[in-house]
Amino acid sequence: MKARVIVTLKGSVLDPQGKAIEGALRGLSVEGVKSVRQGKIFDIELDGDDRAAARLKLNEVCERLLANTIVENYAIEIV
Amino acid sequence: MRAAVIQFPGVNREGDAARALRQATGDEPAIVWHAENELPPGLDLVVLPGGFSYGDYLRCGAIAARSPVMRAVHAHAARGGLTLGICNGFQVLCEAGLLPGVLMRNAQLRFVCKMQYLRVENAKTPFTRSYAPGEVVKFAIAHGEGNFIADDDTVRRIEAEGRVAFRYCDAQGQAGNGSNPNGSTNSIAGVFNDRFNVLGLMPHPENLIDSLAGGIDGRALFTSLAAGSRFV
Repeated sequence: MKARVIVTLKGSVLDPQGKAIEGALRGLSVEGVKSVRQGKIFDIELDGDDRAAARLKLNEVCERLLANTIVENYAIEIV
Repeated sequence: MRAAVIQFPGVNREGDAARALRQATGDEPAIVWHAENELPPGLDLVVLPGGFSYGDYLRCGAIAARSPVMRAVHAHAARGGLTLGICNGFQVLCEAGLLPGVLMRNAQLRFVCKMQYLRVENAKTPFTRSYAPGEVVKFAIAHGEGNFIADDDTVRRIEAEGRVAFRYCDAQGQAGNGSNPNGSTNSIAGVFNDRFNVLGLMPHPENLIDSLAGGIDGRALFTSLAAGSRFV
């Protein structure tokens, strides 16, 4: 089974890398981009095909390692 | 005093930390590899040195914080053992949950490597008692992720409990006004845990122990530690 975990900074946390990308897009004269926030994607392969168990496992993986929940949110997609 | 310096893959300041400990205590610290499950018995102090553990993969300090030796470091700290994290070591202690908050990318996005004035905010701890309260010292800083962030309640608690160890400031000891090198909340450069036996700081006291290398303002941190191992 394949899953995708998306980790993003919480909205209240300043994202200087996103801000720098916004500035670079302005430099490229790309118009209409209001803001950019940078995050991370993890593509994960799991044993078995129990989707509920996979979701529980991935929650644990996120809480224990993939996200620092002081400043980051995570979302899990089973694909 | 019995001290150990933890060596994670990718750290590069373990020799500097060991030299500072040797100078202050007269004893050779143990160098402990991250894959060990145990620390040497009877340790007074564990030091997590600076560097780039695991190449800063995932988040700075995140992977080192989950390495085997950290279970023993947790137990050491829980016993009241002194634990010092410098630079990357501070990031590891935050990721390990031994200190509050997190160290984010510097607000200006630049790696900063320079001399920096700091104000000693609490001189009543095992780490800082050889300094005077409010003393202004000059340490080296060298980091890309030193921007300390915590939620508002945590910051209020840290401030109210006297858990800010050092604050970035100018030569006159004034914080703010452009003296904050990385955007850190309240110009915080180092914090204690709630029992004052764990300290993390971004600046490098271990590099200011010899006037040949730019100053000796870092020495007092190590002589404080050498003078005794428990906060009374």
